[in-house]
Amino acid sequence: MNHLPRFAVLLAALALFSASARADELQDANKLFKQGQQAQALELVEQYLAKKPGDAQGRFLKGLILTDQNKVPEAIEVFSKLSQDYPDLPEPYNNLAVLYATQGQYEKARRQLELSIHTHPSYATAYENLGDVYAKLASQAYDKALQLDSSNSAAKNKLSLVREMISTGNRQPRASADASAEPARPVAVAAAPAPALKPAPEVKQPAEAKPAAKPAEKAAAPTGDAEAVLKTVREWAGAWSKKDVGSYLAFYAKDFKTPNGEPRAQWEASRTQRISAPKKIQVVVEAAKVTLSDADSAVVAFKQLYRSDHLKTSSSKTLVMVRSDGRWVIREERVGG
Amino acid sequence: MRSARQLACLAVALSAFGIPSALSPAKSAHTDLTADALLATVYDEISRGRVDAALQNIEGLISVKPNFRLAQLIKGDLLMARAGPIDTLGAAPNAPAARIDDLRAEAFARLRAYRDPPPTDRVPRYLLQMREDQKYAVVVDTHLSRLYLYQNDGGKPRFVADYYVSSGKNGALKAREGDERTPVGVYHVTASLPRAKLAEFYGSGAFPINYPNEWDQIQGRNGHGIWLHGTPPDTYSRPPRSSNGCVVLANADLNDLAHNLQIGLTPVIISEDVEWLSADDWAAERKEFREQLDGWRADWESLDADRYLAHYSKRFSANGQNLDAWSRYKRLVNGGKSWIKVKVDNVSMFRNPGKEELVVVTFDQEYRSNNLTNTTKKRQYWIREDGLWRIVYEGTG
Repeated sequence: MNHLPRFAVLLAALALFSASARADELQDANKLFKQGQQAQALELVEQYLAKKPGDAQGRFLKGLILTDQNKVPEAIEVFSKLSQDYPDLPEPYNNLAVLYATQGQYEKARRQLELSIHTHPSYATAYENLGDVYAKLASQAYDKALQLDSSNSAAKNKLSLVREMISTGNRQPRASADASAEPARPVAVAAAPAPALKPAPEVKQPAEAKPAAKPAEKAAAPTGDAEAVLKTVREWAGAWSKKDVGSYLAFYAKDFKTPNGEPRAQWEASRTQRISAPKKIQVVVEAAKVTLSDADSAVVAFKQLYRSDHLKTSSSKTLVMVRSDGRWVIREERVGG
Repeated sequence: MRSARQLACLAVALSAFGIPSALSPAKSAHTDLTADALLATVYDEISRGRVDAALQNIEGLISVKPNFRLAQLIKGDLLMARAGPIDTLGAAPNAPAARIDDLRAEAFARLRAYRDPPPTDRVPRYLLQMREDQKYAVVVDTHLSRLYLYQNDGGKPRFVADYYVSSGKNGALKAREGDERTPVGVYHVTASLPRAKLAEFYGSGAFPINYPNEWDQIQGRNGHGIWLHGTPPDTYSRPPRSSNGCVVLANADLNDLAHNLQIGLTPVIISEDVEWLSADDWAAERKEFREQLDGWRADWESLDADRYLAHYSKRFSANGQNLDAWSRYKRLVNGGKSWIKVKVDNVSMFRNPGKEELVVVTFDQEYRSNNLTNTTKKRQYWIREDGLWRIVYEGTG
């Protein structure tokens, strides 16, 4: 159940924008960004920001695009100003921390993450990132204590960038071209992210976001179909983790809708390349929720924790599954629900 | 707090050293900012689960002393405890065990010293009598890794300060060159070597002491170059047992101490375990020993050679002379005198640490007789044999 408020708010947020043509621009920019067409996405978002220079969603997206383009100082600038103008938003702090960490500035990263958690005490991504930053700082301190060469310590952790600014969901983004004005306090966190991996019992949960007492998949358990769907999703994640490309691709339906409408062969080549490249991959499915649309189709929403030797992400994912020849297969795969 | 619960493990780890989980009230009120005090505060905060405060304090300490490795270790632990459970001081993964052990030993030494400061109502037994112009005396405890500075307050030693020190890798009781031990005995600083003349390794300065002293030489001990010195630039302090025999202080501490050292004069008494006496017991020992010295002087003046020579030990030696040779010589000299007057001034008396009861006495001797007058600086080593104090070495000091 954890995911429903999150999606609902996200959709509400988008609905809010869709009232205007400008919001369409932002949505389009977002879509282009998710398709990896960063230059075009940036162009659109710049157009949008020219008209609404203070808009938080637009600036957030711009920061993400710059990050993906590896323009770290520019991205830092964007997120930094955004967090100054909207000090109550946790996501810009988190992403600033990720950027500082890529520069090896772990103390700065830590400060940002602590601010992020201070803003939203149940912010799971920031917790996970902060754990990694603490570990990195600890290892630096140990290196100094023990006169070790830090170059031989573990590879740099890649922290999770937040790609959706959920907490703006039910607040009006303040058009704050002038950063000096007192930013409006956000309406409390109806959109608190799902309490995920590492629940910290002592952390106060915002009242609106009471976590379900039981894991979501248990709640969905009664029907055998839901169980079977979930089992398939876990096997899919397992094949991916084993870098078993053949088995992985076999989880996709013949009529799988490729993300950008590209030909199946092209998509498969791209997947094969991406799965083969890292030495190690780990994919974990968390907080899965299965909704059976009818007897032979289901929607599975979950949190996907992906970790490879050089990337770590946490994202919301939705799989549209169909039963084909008695087997559940993936017809659609969407990031972010 | 999750991290607080994990930190309890660190507190338990430290408790395993026998350090109490909370400081005494008197100590909590203590607000000095020495490294030891801050470490003790951090430790106290850890045991109370106040992780944020502990981390803030340790970072404060590191900002002042960035090369303080022990502080870095504790910082690492405090951060690590936030990322995952840790169960010991020095939870660094894959850390070299010897280095961790060294830092643990340092933590233990510093915290213990902070918890058990030198007793204010007691004095080190060794400081029986300081000369009037000896402004300070240094007493080192190699077991506790501590150096105590005492001021000469009208003849009575008054505690001034104490510092963490490192000593020989193989402990105390130096006997041989290269044995990596710190000597035990009564010494004094013989020189001051400024930073500019030293290798980086010796830090902000060095003060050689007179090991091997006369007694060491009689015992056949050798080696040389035992100094009090500072710390290289890459570290704030060194592990408790890490030197080749020298007594090593943090540079700031050495500089602090340096102001109070008088070359050729300031005693440096190195002990494995300092013995402490109450003011009354100390005064009684001092009086008893001073009477021995006065007895020797009076018997010399008496011209009764047997009474005079009865003050000398069978083990006596000086400049290659044994007791027989010394006795023959003294009988010969005294036989030619019609009168002798001996005056002793500027007396210092320091008890030698260790099993053997030995007192090192230094004084200015004004000798007058019918046919000779001279003034010499004299040093004697008195040893207790069969309950009686006897001179076992005598020479110019």
